[in-house]
Amino acid sequence: MIRFQNIRKVYGTGDHAVKALDDVSLHVPAGEIFGVLGQSGAGKSTLIRCVNLLERPTSGSVVVNGQELTTLDAAGLRKARQQIGIIFQHFNLLRSRTVADNIAFPLEVIGQAKPQRDQRVKELLSLVGLSDKANAYPAQLSGGQKQRVGIARALACEPKVLLSDEATSALDPQTTRSILDLLRDLNRRLGLTVMLITHEMAVVKHICDRVAVLRDGRVIEQGLVDDLVAQPGSEIAHEFFPRIVPPKERNGGVFATITFVGAAADEPILSSLLRQFDVGVNILGGGIETVREKRVGRLLLELSGPDASAARAFLEERTGLKVESS
Amino acid sequence: MSVDTLLSMLWEATVDTFLMVGASTLLTVILGLPLGVLLILTERGGLLAAPWVNQVLGAIVNVGRSLPFIILLVAVIPFTRLIVGTTIGTTAAIVPLTLAAVPFFARVCETSLREVDRGLIEAAQAMGCTEGQIVYKVLIPEALPSLVLGVTITIISLLSYSAVAGAVGAGGLGDLAIRYGYQRFDTKVMAVTVALLIVMVQAIQWLGNLLSRRLRTS
Repeated sequence: MIRFQNIRKVYGTGDHAVKALDDVSLHVPAGEIFGVLGQSGAGKSTLIRCVNLLERPTSGSVVVNGQELTTLDAAGLRKARQQIGIIFQHFNLLRSRTVADNIAFPLEVIGQAKPQRDQRVKELLSLVGLSDKANAYPAQLSGGQKQRVGIARALACEPKVLLSDEATSALDPQTTRSILDLLRDLNRRLGLTVMLITHEMAVVKHICDRVAVLRDGRVIEQGLVDDLVAQPGSEIAHEFFPRIVPPKERNGGVFATITFVGAAADEPILSSLLRQFDVGVNILGGGIETVREKRVGRLLLELSGPDASAARAFLEERTGLKVESS
Repeated sequence: MSVDTLLSMLWEATVDTFLMVGASTLLTVILGLPLGVLLILTERGGLLAAPWVNQVLGAIVNVGRSLPFIILLVAVIPFTRLIVGTTIGTTAAIVPLTLAAVPFFARVCETSLREVDRGLIEAAQAMGCTEGQIVYKVLIPEALPSLVLGVTITIISLLSYSAVAGAVGAGGLGDLAIRYGYQRFDTKVMAVTVALLIVMVQAIQWLGNLLSRRLRTS
């Protein structure tokens, strides 16, 4: 649905040139929620603004819904933008318009007649659960309600793609969750493709199917969230699980960090281990998380006793387990 | 001077003042708002960035604003004659009044429009708005409370300019105050006209504030 090919964005020239995006290629499949995770200054904002060309990349190609955007003329680009919804961190609602008129705005822009417009606004208000606020002004709403208006406005022209520019960063945790749930719900019900940027791992964990990690303008890893979480040594796995450092003193034991995904997480691995081997198991740390409805866990074990090495080999053979020696 | 004469002179002068200030305010808004919009659009990083055009417009506005009104009034006499066919009277005064107020109001508009959150313009662009739609549907409506206050101070400035315009026989309250109150030492006329001007300024400011507040809290 969205495809970036070798996107570079450089601000300034000569010695003052700053590379905001450096050879970024990524693909957001239709119907998925794609997260771009990065610290402030990593280039996330520039990246998402390149999708609808609010920022024009210095070089590279941007294809949205099968259409190359960088070669469009002004009128073509306006038309393409009407099919790409966007929501913002600070909502960007017109304070001179009521909630209903804010939502009607993009419909006015495309020249829809008033009766159809009113009908559509009604549908959108109920979609985001704000039917009772139609005549309120943005100043009278809470942050979460404002973002719901933003979402309704972004969806007015029935776009296939919704961009989210840190849409929950100005909201409290509980409101954040309700907005993320709404996005997830819209993604499923309308088949909406969502691309969001965030600096919060919690957002990725809560709703993303796929994630790209951006650092200093480069994508350092991307893939399905559950794959990355299960992959030892990945940035995402590192963010997900508290760093477990094996103790310096070893009392003859063998260490194993095991990562388990899906079915393996539900198996009583440790009890089978103890039954089959003459081994002592000491759990030094770990955690279990649910990602995309799959359980993913990581444990640091210290195995001791005569069968310690054999027990580790047993763990390594199990499907769904990844074992690192430390 | 009898009370009747005074009242009839005051009435006539007030009507002249309203006429001059009203007409020149209308023309100022019609000409000054687009100029203010152009200043915003053409500035560096603006929607229609054209730094060269912006500098020329800025320079013209600055020239207009640096002339003291009394000088401008005299300097544009040929232009006034060209447009209204005469240089004396209330109608003739509208030309220099408008010329003086347009650059002032353009700067006031520029400041008001600049206060509109850039995020709103970005949102409008992302929704596929044309530059025209951004001006009519976002910039002006969002800046309206502030623009109303700008019009208010422009009216008050025009009121004070209009007194100076009395120097070319424009009539109005200022003219009355100078001719009777100052030149003929008629303190009564002076006091009444000044009181009337004070009341008018207070009323205009009050109305402007009220309207702006209504628009802001709607």
